[in-house]
Amino acid sequence: MAEIMYWEAIRRAHDEEMARDPMVICMGEDIGVAGGTYKATKGLYEKYGPLRVIDTPISENGYTGLGIGASFLGVKPIIEIMSVNFAWLAMDQIFNSAAKVRYMSGGQLSAPVVIRAAGGAAHQLGAQHSARMEKVFMGVAGLRVVTPSNPKQAYGLLKSAVRSPDPVYINEHELMYNMKGEVPDEEYFHPLEGSEVTRPGTDVTLFGYNISVHWCLKAAEILAKQYNISAEVVDLYALAPLDREGIRKSVAKTHKAVIAEEDEAPCGVGSEVMAIINEECFWELDAPPVRVHSALVPQPYAHNLEKATIPDHEDVVKAVLKLFGKA
Amino acid sequence: MKLKDRKRVLREMVLARRFEERCYQAYIERKIGGFLHLYPGQEACCYGVMEAARPGFDYVITGYRDHVHAIKCGADPKAVMAELYGKETGCSKGRGGSMHIFDVAHRFMGGYALVGGPFPLAAGMAKAIQMKGGDEIAICFLGDSANNQGTFHETMNMAALWNLPVLFVCENNLYGIGTALHRSTAVVDQYKRVCAYGIESDVCDGQDIEVVLEHAHKAVEYVRSRQGPYFLELKTYRFRGHSMSDSRGYRTREEEEQWKQRDPINILRDRMIAEDKYTMAEFEALEKEIDHYIEHEVIKFAEESPDPKVEELTKYVLAD
Ligand SMILES: Cc1ncc(C[n+]2csc(CCOP(=O)(O)OP(=O)(O)O)c2C)c(N)n1
Ligand SMILES: [Mg+2]
Repeated sequence: MAEIMYWEAIRRAHDEEMARDPMVICMGEDIGVAGGTYKATKGLYEKYGPLRVIDTPISENGYTGLGIGASFLGVKPIIEIMSVNFAWLAMDQIFNSAAKVRYMSGGQLSAPVVIRAAGGAAHQLGAQHSARMEKVFMGVAGLRVVTPSNPKQAYGLLKSAVRSPDPVYINEHELMYNMKGEVPDEEYFHPLEGSEVTRPGTDVTLFGYNISVHWCLKAAEILAKQYNISAEVVDLYALAPLDREGIRKSVAKTHKAVIAEEDEAPCGVGSEVMAIINEECFWELDAPPVRVHSALVPQPYAHNLEKATIPDHEDVVKAVLKLFGKA
Repeated sequence: MKLKDRKRVLREMVLARRFEERCYQAYIERKIGGFLHLYPGQEACCYGVMEAARPGFDYVITGYRDHVHAIKCGADPKAVMAELYGKETGCSKGRGGSMHIFDVAHRFMGGYALVGGPFPLAAGMAKAIQMKGGDEIAICFLGDSANNQGTFHETMNMAALWNLPVLFVCENNLYGIGTALHRSTAVVDQYKRVCAYGIESDVCDGQDIEVVLEHAHKAVEYVRSRQGPYFLELKTYRFRGHSMSDSRGYRTREEEEQWKQRDPINILRDRMIAEDKYTMAEFEALEKEIDHYIEHEVIKFAEESPDPKVEELTKYVLAD
């Protein structure tokens, strides 16, 4: 097992899948000659050429639709949207074409595209460059949504997404591309459904996904050391469909739940997980679940306001202490 | 241009240049965060067009490379710098940042970070002007690669269809981040792309402010006299990278050097010197004076201004 960076893991998955299947292509802004904003396609242009590694114009709805159309006839596009904020422009094609075509054609046609985007709040990028859009993607029928929290998942989820007969949206994070982690040397396919218990515990479950898994892990560490609370961390790497059984199992064990997300609360991952807890295991609860989330504001630019907006591990610790009546 | 105007606009362009270069330094010092898109090299575009228009009266909108456009419209450089520092005294109260400079009092209607976003907003302002019956025009400054967005085509059609008083200025600096225009765009001459919509268009050198001014006069007159929308393409070049993390591997140092020979500030300065109306010593004194102003007023103001109050985090989300 080698330690590689998140971006290297994504690059490796691209490379292996493109080498295996000549119908796999990738497309997006600045991904070819420039090698990709986050280097996820570095060197692929030189290796596979301009017909398979396509630098697109700044036409998000257009090139996403073009990729979807190509997938109708057996091409397997991996579409990179430079930043998830620009996916707003491609929503028409993602929702109205990719997600619905199988159903509305009565199963005759499908759009097995992979769409990857860098999401999340980075540092002071302001209102129009800090979107967290997973809650938008996960609410639509016909789309799979996954979100890797480490390089192994980033590699394995992309591999599985390319092989999937369904359209898959992969939500990455701008601050995680340089994160290091172990990735198996042999080929590895991460399941597109389910969840992972990243750290077992008995007193409370901390649900996270993507970057918030790391807040949960850090919080669990602090809770164990300073407060003698044993927290279980569950990684919801699949957001659509969400792992109802995994959520139920953990809450049935710990009887308390905190859900951490970087996005604003309304209609979010936290709301959905809470609803599932309510439906699946309400009577297992010792206390009402708590959500950790950002403030309900367009992302402010000023550093102090941004800091006050985005949660972190300390907010997770606080939420747990509140749940235990210690704060 | 009259000598008096030449001197004034030279001074303004030097201020724009030094302001941007100082931003670069402040970014390195981590005083400024986020994305920072600088304007050096393209000054004659904004100043040439706005000399022909009426700053503070005509409505102006642009993308993320917006500091200089705001200043030319009348924004106080101190308030722009304070915005970049994320301070409460910033022209967007520290909420916007570099890509979202606003000064509505001076009719600078903002910088927007999504490529192509301002096209329909500009046409919408022109629609409002048309309804109100004023003499203003709307001016939309955007880049070359923005013209590949759907909003470009949709807006051109509506602007022509409804005869809206809007001037589109395309600052063609040959690249959209790291992708050369000819690699992303089938028709490289941008002014040709609006012909399909029946929009009047023109193209000229964007480095020589007196050339820009001449073409812009025609464009502004056309729009102000309500003959319809207009599209003006200016051939220019950005001297620095797209944003701060840009190693510029997509273009050669020779190409950069060639364009630096056509520095818009030097072109105007050297013409005045050649005509014996200006001296290098005057220019050097000007630069010194402006650097002093930036350091002792602009930067000082930004440094000493207070941060926004965290208790006011949700102010401006909705009306009070
Ligand atoms: C909708 C959208 N897609 C992509 C981007 C990323 N992006 C920012 S600037 C830019 C290039 C724009 O080039 P151009 O219009 O020529 O303007 P320039 O920066 O050269 O002035 C790109 C792709 C964005 N901000 N918005
Ligand atoms: Mg450009």
